[in-house]
Amino acid sequence: MKIIVCVKQVPDTSGKVAVNPDGTLNRASMATITNPDDLNAVEAALQLKEETGAQVIVVSMGPPPAEGMLREILARSADKAVLVSGREFGGSDTYATSQILAAAINKIGLEDDDVVFCGRQAIDGDTAQVGPQIAEKLGLPQVSYAADIHKEGDTLTIKRMLEDGYMTIKVHTPCLITCIKELNTPRYMSVGGVFEAYSKPYEVLDYNALKDDPLIDPSTIGLKGSPTNILTSFTPPQKGAGMMLEGADRATCEKLAGIMAAKHMI
Amino acid sequence: MSNYDSSAIQEFNGGVWVFCEQRQGAMMSTSYELISEGRRLANELGTKLYGLLLGSGIEGLAKELGGYGADGVYVCDHPLLANYTTDGYTKVICDVIRAYKPEVMLIGATNIGRDLGPRCAARLHTGLCADCTHLDIDMGIYKDFLHSASTLPADKIDALNTAMVMGEKHDVSRDLKMTRPAFGGHLMASIICPRFRPAMATVRPGVMKKAAFDQAKADACEIIKPEFSLTQDDLETEVVEVVKAAKKLVDLIGADVVVSVGRGISKDVEGGIKLAEELAEVLGGVVGSSRAVVDSGWISADHQVGQTGKTVHPKIYIALGISGAIQHKAGMQDSECIIAVNKNDTAPIFEIADYGICGDLFKVTPLLIEAIKAAKAAK
Amino acid sequence: MDFHLSKEQEMVRKMYREFAETEVKPLAEEIDEEERFPMETVEKMAKLGMMGIYFPKQYGGAGGDVLSYAMCVEELAKVCGTTAVIVSAHTSLCCAPIFEHGTEEQKMKYLPDLLSGRKIGAFGLTEPGAGTDASGQQTMAVKNENGDYVLNGTKCFITNGNVADTFVIFAMTDKSKGNHGISAFIVEKSFPGFSTGKHEKKMGIRGSSTCDLIFEDCVVPKENLLGQEGKGFKIAMMTLDGGRIGIAAQALGLGEGAVNEAIKYTQERVQFGRRISQFQNTQFQLADMHTRMQAAQFLVYSAAMKKQNHEPYSMDAAMAKLFAAEAASDVTRRAVQLFGGYGYTREYPVERMMRDAKITEIYEGTSEVQRMVISSHLGVK
Repeated sequence: MKIIVCVKQVPDTSGKVAVNPDGTLNRASMATITNPDDLNAVEAALQLKEETGAQVIVVSMGPPPAEGMLREILARSADKAVLVSGREFGGSDTYATSQILAAAINKIGLEDDDVVFCGRQAIDGDTAQVGPQIAEKLGLPQVSYAADIHKEGDTLTIKRMLEDGYMTIKVHTPCLITCIKELNTPRYMSVGGVFEAYSKPYEVLDYNALKDDPLIDPSTIGLKGSPTNILTSFTPPQKGAGMMLEGADRATCEKLAGIMAAKHMI
Repeated sequence: MSNYDSSAIQEFNGGVWVFCEQRQGAMMSTSYELISEGRRLANELGTKLYGLLLGSGIEGLAKELGGYGADGVYVCDHPLLANYTTDGYTKVICDVIRAYKPEVMLIGATNIGRDLGPRCAARLHTGLCADCTHLDIDMGIYKDFLHSASTLPADKIDALNTAMVMGEKHDVSRDLKMTRPAFGGHLMASIICPRFRPAMATVRPGVMKKAAFDQAKADACEIIKPEFSLTQDDLETEVVEVVKAAKKLVDLIGADVVVSVGRGISKDVEGGIKLAEELAEVLGGVVGSSRAVVDSGWISADHQVGQTGKTVHPKIYIALGISGAIQHKAGMQDSECIIAVNKNDTAPIFEIADYGICGDLFKVTPLLIEAIKAAKAAK
Repeated sequence: MDFHLSKEQEMVRKMYREFAETEVKPLAEEIDEEERFPMETVEKMAKLGMMGIYFPKQYGGAGGDVLSYAMCVEELAKVCGTTAVIVSAHTSLCCAPIFEHGTEEQKMKYLPDLLSGRKIGAFGLTEPGAGTDASGQQTMAVKNENGDYVLNGTKCFITNGNVADTFVIFAMTDKSKGNHGISAFIVEKSFPGFSTGKHEKKMGIRGSSTCDLIFEDCVVPKENLLGQEGKGFKIAMMTLDGGRIGIAAQALGLGEGAVNEAIKYTQERVQFGRRISQFQNTQFQLADMHTRMQAAQFLVYSAAMKKQNHEPYSMDAAMAKLFAAEAASDVTRRAVQLFGGYGYTREYPVERMMRDAKITEIYEGTSEVQRMVISSHLGVK
């Protein structure tokens, strides 16, 4: 049994975010982190590994420096890392990204008792689309928003969160599950794991390695294979220095409630 | 010559569609919001607006959608659609879309919508924009929006008529402009889907305004029952149970709204905390506090925001009777919107507040609760 | 001299830092206030291999190196001096002498539990009458008819004393031979005749356990003699050489932690209408503070690398500890000054760091002892 975990390196948007004059993100000036939800997916995989002895393979699409992130996941006791990297893959939207990652998973080889884990969404795009789209490309059933996972034989029972409650869903392997932070608390790297991380199997899959997969076609990957285009990006107007509302009576409160409503805060 | 097939997308002339999500036979309110918004888009495109309703025994819900602007509703009623399943819903929706070819497809960005949308878009080979907060067709309206909601130079906005698509200029005037926040709201982006149809968007619930209900339109709403096939074999996931949870307690760090109390509640501690709880309840948030309130034993330590307490960055932080000492600010200054109520107009909290009211929290808070309730009801 | 860290060292530092920020920092104030040993933290560190960082995997260690151990103590000390010394005393003063001087049987018996953190280690050299002058040992070890040793005496100021299971203890086996009559023993908490005394109330590192160890006809099996009879003093001195790297790293972390806090605070605190970081005094103070700690870091890392490479490092460890401890005391005191009145309160961590830093000038050899070690290496008599 294998567990394949898809992870993404993202800019750390928790602190100050740098924006270029043209309205794009100044990624170079920002620290990168492993996408937080993806660490929950990694943890889910590692817990399942401890139960079942499965092999955990972590996959990421990104530039070569993403190796550092993958090594950190190996230091958390994943068994193997695969970086999908190539100029041809640049500019991919979620559709094209899922084509490429699905091809990479095909290359790794998906068997009947395997499970694919993804984080629910990445903090840079916040789309939550790549997981379900990989599942579609691989023809796998998907369960998103997983807050609890139990595996017995080839059946997984998953608590799938809704805004107003949850569903309990049964699904068989192979399947794809997207994980939310309520699922678990990601472990730290261990000292022993760190000192083994650079001797574990690490593979880079480029365009040539994947090009024989029918999913990989110039019309379905990269910028030209992306159904969506960015028309424009921009920063919202700067936050004002703050506004003291006049008075402290009913009219003042109604004005504030009006502002809150207009700004979709309520 | 265009290097993509623009004639293929012209076949998609079946109107603007809205996936109308219902759970256990109850329509999700975001469905009405999207029907209302979809009406505007359909008008701007000069086309019709349809709802798409899936479920079991749900035909009775369809006509009401007409009251918010739908010209018709495609109703797919089947026992296997009683509960939402990714595979069942995706199959039916994709089959119906392929048959009727809508130009635009909107889905509420609920946990279900964000599961369903990407799966359908991948199967249909089209583009999907997630969690949109603004949608436009008409270029004039879109540009007005950019003038007010962006820092782009005015001349750049006015010149924005085309996009480079596959190496050539593409006129975006009939494309759905889907605007959404990225990077935690630090950036906004307008996305188009120029080469494929339907252009799909999931839309953040609560953002679009629900139109006034019109009974006559509801009565006139056409019900269409498309043919589709669905068998047990199509379902690879099994819904064992659906549980509606009692309201879960949200922790301070994960909360979208935090209403905190400070030393200003000292003249009536219990009353002050109760007001904060009421305000938090109205806004769907939790109660926090300054260190002084914890140290005085008025509230338990897990409520404390600040240097020695928790660091929070909610969407709304309301400080009631908190002066804003540096150690408190350290824990909350990155909140998206800070509202402060304090008797002292020189309180440092006002230096970082987006909105300040100088007044007695015991008088202001009840009025604010009333005003917010009224504003919510009006939505 | 190579000032670059390996990829593994960079990565493990990141892990220590995340752990310290998330798991250790939130408890620091509480364990200081309540004088409570943070057993829950030790359990978490144990799972991550932090209780056996630089020992081989065959004994249950994490397979790291001495520098990554020093970095661990440093990162912990940035947020909590107590937690740092727990790791340092356990690793340097108990695991290291057993690893370096133990027989294969002793190593296989004791190291797996210690290095995995299932058991905590401590070291007993100091006595009420034998502090800086460690040769004045009064604890006696007398052979009985079975060839086992019977220990009588009292050790004091023993770090981890109340929580440890395994102790490296020094006692006189032949008083007539002075230093050459001292021997080292591995003592288990459960040995009959062994007990611990009351918890010492301290100025700093208040969460760490410090107490007397009392030996009343305590029988230590002969196979628990560590090294040869009469070689105890040498083992003690070699152990303290290594220990000084740990304490130097603790001092380093405390000073760096105080600099971090001061940088953050002075950029927020406004007086005379300006952030106090805008005053040149603040800027110069912080520049000096950071420079001192950076110099300390080079000394500490250099000593750790030499120990890792099996080069002589006794003088390097003494210099590292001397400099880092005095720098930490100075820098934490200056940090309190930059914080003003708030710095003197327990609202902010810098007063705790100042209290914690003082001990680094005293234990595992006072600064005066370090100067003795350094000058004797220089051949100055």
